[in-house]
Amino acid sequence: MSGFTLAIRLLPRLTILLLVLPVTAGLVGVVAPAFGWLPALGGRSGTLAHWQALWQAPGLADMLRLSLVTGLASTLLALAIVVLFLAAFLETPLFRVVRRLLSPLLAVPHAAAAIGLAFLLAPSGLASRLLSPWLTGWTQPPDFLFPGDPGGVALIAGLVLKEVPFLLLMSLAALPQCQARERLMVARSLGYGPVSAFAKAVLPGLYPLIRLPVYAVIAFASSTVEVALILGPSTPPTLAVAVVRWLGDPDLSLRFLASAGALLQLAATALALLAWWGAERLVRRLAAGWLIDGGRRRGEATGRVLGAGLTWLAIGLLAASLAGLILWSLAAYWPFPAAWPSPMTLRTWREAADTALEPLRHTASIGLGATALSVVLVVGCLEAETLRRRPLRPGAQLILYLPLLVPPVAFLYGLVQLQAQLGLAAGWLAVTLGHSLFVLPYVFLSLAESYRRLDPRWGQVAAALGASRAATFRRVRLPMLAGPIAVAAAVGFAVSVGQYLPTVLLGAGRLATLTTEAVSLASGGDRRLTAVYALGQLALPALGFALALGLPRFLFRHRRQLLP
Amino acid sequence: MTPSDLARRALPLLLAIPLALSFPAAATAETSLPEDWDAIETQARGQTVYWNAWGGDAAVNRYIGWVAERMAERHGVEVVHVKLDDTAAAVSRVIAEKSAGNVDDGAIDLVWINGENFAAMQRNGLLFGPFAQRLPHFALTAPDDNPEMRTDFTLPTEGFEAPWGKAQLTFYYDAERVEAPPRDMRALLDWAKAHPGRFTYPLVPDFLGSTFLKQALLELVEDPTVLAEPASDHEVATVTAPLWDYLDALHPHLWRQGRHFPASGPELKQLMGDGELSLAFTFNPAEPAAAVADHQLPPGTRSYVLDGGTLGNVHFVAIPFNARRKAGAMVLANFLLSPEAQARKQDIAVWGDPTVLDMDRLSAEQREAFDRGDANPARLPPEALEKLLPEPHPSWMEALEAAWIARYAKG
Repeated sequence: MSGFTLAIRLLPRLTILLLVLPVTAGLVGVVAPAFGWLPALGGRSGTLAHWQALWQAPGLADMLRLSLVTGLASTLLALAIVVLFLAAFLETPLFRVVRRLLSPLLAVPHAAAAIGLAFLLAPSGLASRLLSPWLTGWTQPPDFLFPGDPGGVALIAGLVLKEVPFLLLMSLAALPQCQARERLMVARSLGYGPVSAFAKAVLPGLYPLIRLPVYAVIAFASSTVEVALILGPSTPPTLAVAVVRWLGDPDLSLRFLASAGALLQLAATALALLAWWGAERLVRRLAAGWLIDGGRRRGEATGRVLGAGLTWLAIGLLAASLAGLILWSLAAYWPFPAAWPSPMTLRTWREAADTALEPLRHTASIGLGATALSVVLVVGCLEAETLRRRPLRPGAQLILYLPLLVPPVAFLYGLVQLQAQLGLAAGWLAVTLGHSLFVLPYVFLSLAESYRRLDPRWGQVAAALGASRAATFRRVRLPMLAGPIAVAAAVGFAVSVGQYLPTVLLGAGRLATLTTEAVSLASGGDRRLTAVYALGQLALPALGFALALGLPRFLFRHRRQLLP
Repeated sequence: MTPSDLARRALPLLLAIPLALSFPAAATAETSLPEDWDAIETQARGQTVYWNAWGGDAAVNRYIGWVAERMAERHGVEVVHVKLDDTAAAVSRVIAEKSAGNVDDGAIDLVWINGENFAAMQRNGLLFGPFAQRLPHFALTAPDDNPEMRTDFTLPTEGFEAPWGKAQLTFYYDAERVEAPPRDMRALLDWAKAHPGRFTYPLVPDFLGSTFLKQALLELVEDPTVLAEPASDHEVATVTAPLWDYLDALHPHLWRQGRHFPASGPELKQLMGDGELSLAFTFNPAEPAAAVADHQLPPGTRSYVLDGGTLGNVHFVAIPFNARRKAGAMVLANFLLSPEAQARKQDIAVWGDPTVLDMDRLSAEQREAFDRGDANPARLPPEALEKLLPEPHPSWMEALEAAWIARYAKG
């Protein structure tokens, strides 16, 4: 057996082992306390009392409703924006502009985008300052409830802003796979308008390819903590935020309640996914007639206007949020209603520069380590699928996505316990492995469809020409997939850079990264320092995305047909 | 073997994990700590001490950096500041280690702690001690004259924590917008009615939010002495009724009509900086002055304490039961109590946290280091800090938090 074949056989098993052990340990760490088992805190008998306490938690129904509504609504909106944009502007100059903006936008960490948006739209925020007092007459900020509105509108907006670039990136990677250009050309030549042509000819082929990313978005949006903390309501909060509060409560007996709450969160996320899946089937049935009714130009203008308007609104809001962060990082005291900080100072940047070097080093080395490990494992799994000609079994796929579905706060606690039991010292290795848990699913998500859709005949041609399996992989599949692999790696790196809890818990807080510094400083409420670290947090992944989009262009400058 | 076969085979192994959770963790690590202080210092030399402390304030972080330098120079101990956003993270880690049967190789050597977190850790046997009275500098706090050095939220510390600094509930306001700030809780209600939307308090159970409830209860309750006793000895609903009447009247006049609350004290401060509030409060008497110097609060910020006095307490450092470097942690705790470290901490230019040392126990020379007279207008006059009210029994805090959440947190 050649080394290549051996590696391809072993890698999927290694992947499953790497995921199954921590995820199960993590889950056990949630399930056992939820039913009363946590000897360190005196819980030594099975009981349903904590579930009863959970049902009686004030505002539980509202928490559940908030989590479900914000998760589903934000995903639906983000998907609608992406589809409308692609329908209206695929292959136009505007499309290329947005494509270029994509990598910096994707690199914005969720928390930074949320902080920026909160500052933009709050009563004392940038928008209100720009209009005051000359238009509004406000010399003091008005008192309206946004962000933090009980309906969760601000939270939905914040989530949409971050999910649009992600879904757009996933769609861009999938478009060549479903032969979008060819389908579009056929439909256009039959007289369909651009929007109708996309909706009727391309979308039915595109959606199955981005379905998994959409599910990941639902899972994230319905269980996010950081964004909901900043933009969501507080009385009551979303379920995930409530779980975090219970976990952090000094009253340690609430940890049992938190564990039960974490399981409920898991069920809520599953329910959201189920609802979406049901809606998918409904849409498929309802749309069957519409797809073939021959209508060629209905809603064309509305689609174009909405697509352009919503896309620019999302990009504009995100850009304005970033601009607000930059202004804050340069501000001295900046009172309302001044729209421009004066005087400006570099003091905050200088202070941060003194202490940020080591965190920067840690962030980069952990991110590269976790990404490299994940990419090797994922490519190994997918190559094994290709050779075996069948996809991973559903059970194995579920394991792959579990780290995305279980709320990390609860599941990490069990992980720390596993770490202590295995005697794995808190440090770089433990943190990097922990990051891989969250990086790997995203890398898989980003790469799987592109890999699976690669025409198997390329491999057959290579084999017919006498190439070994290893050579086919190295000289045919790898180069053809270099673009998607690079993008998947960049996504993975960005995920690693943004990790807070795994870094703190598995590293016992000893490995300071840009994110851990940013979060602990944010708890002190100095928006200037927070802004500086948020911008630093953004710079590394932006570099990663720029490389991912630029590198294939450089490598394949003599093989232009390989470029997307 | 396919991946899912592997998952099937691994499963029984994983199900065994809960069994491992039942490790006999209570057996406190047999400490090989010497009795003699000099021997402890010798043992500490060369150790690395991981000190878990809230990292949300750049000034505090810089002070801890200075402590680390001195510890390396003087005692050959390397101090690593593990920056937390919440002490609960350290508590979680110790629980996880105890669950996994780690009794002598814990990752945390010293933790900055007080109040509920201390009570919870102590109750669950997660702390090492008693050690405070073994620190040579502990005597400088004159614990017999100052019982608060041995009391944390009315609970006796029994030597399981060493005092580090003091806190007192301090109000601050923007003198540009407010002429006469309210001097007691009833006046605060009238003030809020006259200035709707310009005051709020952090979301309960954030500790500053809960402190506001306790302060109000202390002023509104008929007989404040009952609060020193456990809540279970009294009819909680009757005792606290005046507080809920008060809050029902106050909430419609709060920021966002009391429908949304800032998450924490720092967020309250940020709202003051944004101009959304005109009046706020903090637990660190030096914070408003430091925040003005740091461009976070308006230059017209002024601090004061309510006429009847405000709640105050002491914050401590403690050693987890399974800390790996107990000797180093004790040497560090002792250094934190030294006149040199305490004087520097109290310096408003450094941090401004009031000292726990008793001035009568210091030499004239040592005392001088504490007298850095500076006339920062945002700072509280030192005599204001004498109007200190003791914390109620912690059970009241739990009762208040649960009742508040049931009344106001469900929307």
